[in-house]
Amino acid sequence: MPAVSPSMTEGSIARWLKKEGETVKAGELLAEIETDKAVVEFEAVDAGVLGQILVPDGAQNVPVGQVIALLLQPGEDAATLAHSAPVNTPQETAPASAVTMAPAPAPSPAPAAAPASGRIFASPLARRIALERQVDLARIKGSGPGGRIVKRDVEAAAAALPAAAAAYQEIPNNSMRRMIARRLTEAKQSIPHFYLSIDCSIDALLAMRKELNEFSAAARLSVNDFVIKAAALALRQLPEVNASWTEAAIRRYHSVDVSVAVSTPAGLITPIVRDADRKGMAQIASEMKALAERGRMGKLLAEEYQGGGFTISNLGMYGIREFAAIINPPQSCILAVGAGEARPVVKDGALAIATMMTCTLSADHRVVDGALGAEYLAAFRKLIEHPLNMLL
Amino acid sequence: MSASSFDIVVIGAGPGGYVAAIRAAQLGLSAAIVEREHLGGVCLNWGCIPTKALLASAHVLRLAQHAAAFGVDVPQVSFDLARMVKRSRAVSAQLQAGVKQLLKKHKVAVFEGQGKLAGKGRVSVSRDGKTLAELSARHIILATGARPRVVAGLEPDGKQVWSYKDALLPPVMPKSLLVVGSGAIGIEFACFYRTLGAEVTVVEVMDRILPAEDAEISALATRSFAKQGIKVLSSATVKRLEKGAEQVTATVASAGKTSVISAERVIVAVGISPNIENLGLEGSKLGFEKGHVRVNQWLETDEPGLYAIGDLTMPPWLAHKASHEAVICVEKIAGAADVHPLDIRRIPGCTYSHPQIASLGLSEEKAREGGREIRIGRFPFQANGKAIAQGESEGLIKTVFDAKTGELLGAHMIGAEVTEMIQGYAIAKTLEATEAELMNTVFPHPTLSEAMYESVLDAYGRVLHS
Repeated sequence: MPAVSPSMTEGSIARWLKKEGETVKAGELLAEIETDKAVVEFEAVDAGVLGQILVPDGAQNVPVGQVIALLLQPGEDAATLAHSAPVNTPQETAPASAVTMAPAPAPSPAPAAAPASGRIFASPLARRIALERQVDLARIKGSGPGGRIVKRDVEAAAAALPAAAAAYQEIPNNSMRRMIARRLTEAKQSIPHFYLSIDCSIDALLAMRKELNEFSAAARLSVNDFVIKAAALALRQLPEVNASWTEAAIRRYHSVDVSVAVSTPAGLITPIVRDADRKGMAQIASEMKALAERGRMGKLLAEEYQGGGFTISNLGMYGIREFAAIINPPQSCILAVGAGEARPVVKDGALAIATMMTCTLSADHRVVDGALGAEYLAAFRKLIEHPLNMLL
Repeated sequence: MSASSFDIVVIGAGPGGYVAAIRAAQLGLSAAIVEREHLGGVCLNWGCIPTKALLASAHVLRLAQHAAAFGVDVPQVSFDLARMVKRSRAVSAQLQAGVKQLLKKHKVAVFEGQGKLAGKGRVSVSRDGKTLAELSARHIILATGARPRVVAGLEPDGKQVWSYKDALLPPVMPKSLLVVGSGAIGIEFACFYRTLGAEVTVVEVMDRILPAEDAEISALATRSFAKQGIKVLSSATVKRLEKGAEQVTATVASAGKTSVISAERVIVAVGISPNIENLGLEGSKLGFEKGHVRVNQWLETDEPGLYAIGDLTMPPWLAHKASHEAVICVEKIAGAADVHPLDIRRIPGCTYSHPQIASLGLSEEKAREGGREIRIGRFPFQANGKAIAQGESEGLIKTVFDAKTGELLGAHMIGAEVTEMIQGYAIAKTLEATEAELMNTVFPHPTLSEAMYESVLDAYGRVLHS
């Protein structure tokens, strides 16, 4: 199982694109692998014949490093397969001191599957009960000798689960859901969040958008595209915000890469508009449209959602007035964008009606102090309220 | 008088106590043990071991008596009970010396005297009214065991009415014997004396002998004992014993009728009473349950720092249960990793009758309780090559599985060597093997243990030789 994204520890085979016996050229697509965030296409590194698929379509939670298939080099015979498999066992199985390993172990006729890493130690009875009561052994801590999972562990885990006849249905978490849960919990618990809200009048922005969209129907601009651009330009003005906390140093990014939260059926994903400060509105709009679409289909490549220095989460389309978002680590800020709505405002000492949009910045206080956050929001509002400045 | 302080002081050096002391020493704790009578306790001196020695003599006698069937002529078969007893005592003495050696090897301080709690964390050791030592201990383990239960009217007198101790030291061979109680002890003595030629009657208050065993095994045992000439009266109570010059006459009530049984000797084996007297427990918070010391899963009594193991606590009252409790108790005290409470369903029980009986886990009846779906396997020794070859084709191996999970819920065996074989199922149960692993296990041929394999196959409709 290749690590197609840096954070993945296990993956699932969405489907094989080649069959056993098919010839594979280097760079050709072999399989689609589902990681915690997306379905990633997996290319063959070497040419050869796909000799044997060891992990079939749909296999879940395959640890990184586990052999998933055997590729025959030219001249190799499929008949040798049963013997060659153990040589390919993952690195984790090698002793810490590789020196003592030499010479390389001779191939032995052991079964191909079951690598040492990720192997679950459980008694036969524990496995049987887990199967019957639908308990995931991977999530049980064993109390038997050497941490082996025994009957009492599975029964305790099963007892903790709701009864089969419960008034609700259990939807098993996929790896993406679990990753979101883990990262958000980590973020909310470990990052000292604070929140700043600002109201922006967007009448000028709406007028400009209307005009631009009338001018070119090709790339329809959304309010959010303006928000992306304004947020990016404000980051260029205040680069201290475009930064991450590390124990040793605050890491300030050179490029302005804005992550945008996209809701998909499988969960939340944050594709990135790179160099958003330097891109024109039309380009931002078309990129964002493509990224969101591919994100919803689970087709984003790892580099399309990994990285970014700042995130925008917009719930305006749902009529949400304002909300506070959880920071997307290792970034230090996330901007929660509410709905644009007509509100009474005081203008020049008189009551007037304006279209207002409330934005709330969640900031990591280790990186961004209150005044800096406020400065950033002020710069952002200035751009939103005077959108012509974005053209400068 | 000496004063010393220890991490652990154990009172009682039976199979619970001396194992506790050794395990404590292994874990680097300083340990002392106090014993008022014999190292090794009842098990080694007056129980498990000497009875096995006598039963070994009975086995040799039986083989000699049946030698002709094997083509061996033994013209005049006779026996000398005194030499059997002497051998039995020598076996106990040898093992007692062994325990002494083991304790010495592990540097366990041994105090020979009556141990008694003398305040929190203190034990006094006395003999003949004189205090020999005052010990202080962070933890005190009570392992004083039990003695035969005495029932009014059936009090052993050491002459005509025997306890197990008297039955191990018969001055003469009784021509007739009445055994009251059909647990392992009663049945083993019944078999021993029957093999030697005594007229034996067993009286059991419950509706069947060996009431702790699976009913099917108990019925097979009854039939086998009857064939050997042992009379069994179940659902029967001894109302009265009248001691005459030569005979004891028992009035036995059974099914509303009274009958009279006369015998030269009576053995009373109707359970045990824990040795809780003269231990200085009065001032402690220690609590009781059905007359036995109440302990939690880690053998802690209600009094902090005070523990109880073995026959003092709840059943089963077996030496190997005491030893395992000792290990659990001491390991918990020492803070060892991976200590788990004892699961009593994994404790095998053995009766060294002829044929032998061994069992583990739930009986068929118990397994069915609560509507659990089960699978039962049976395999008779009559279909086992080795059993036939060695002329011991009487026996049955019965297995009980959970139909849903394949868990081995129980195993019940009667026949030759079953006490040696039950551990196979005990290992399977401890490793939580299901029927699949047992079926994948290669049992050697020809052995009696193949019957264990076939019984598992039978439970799943796959028996090969029956």
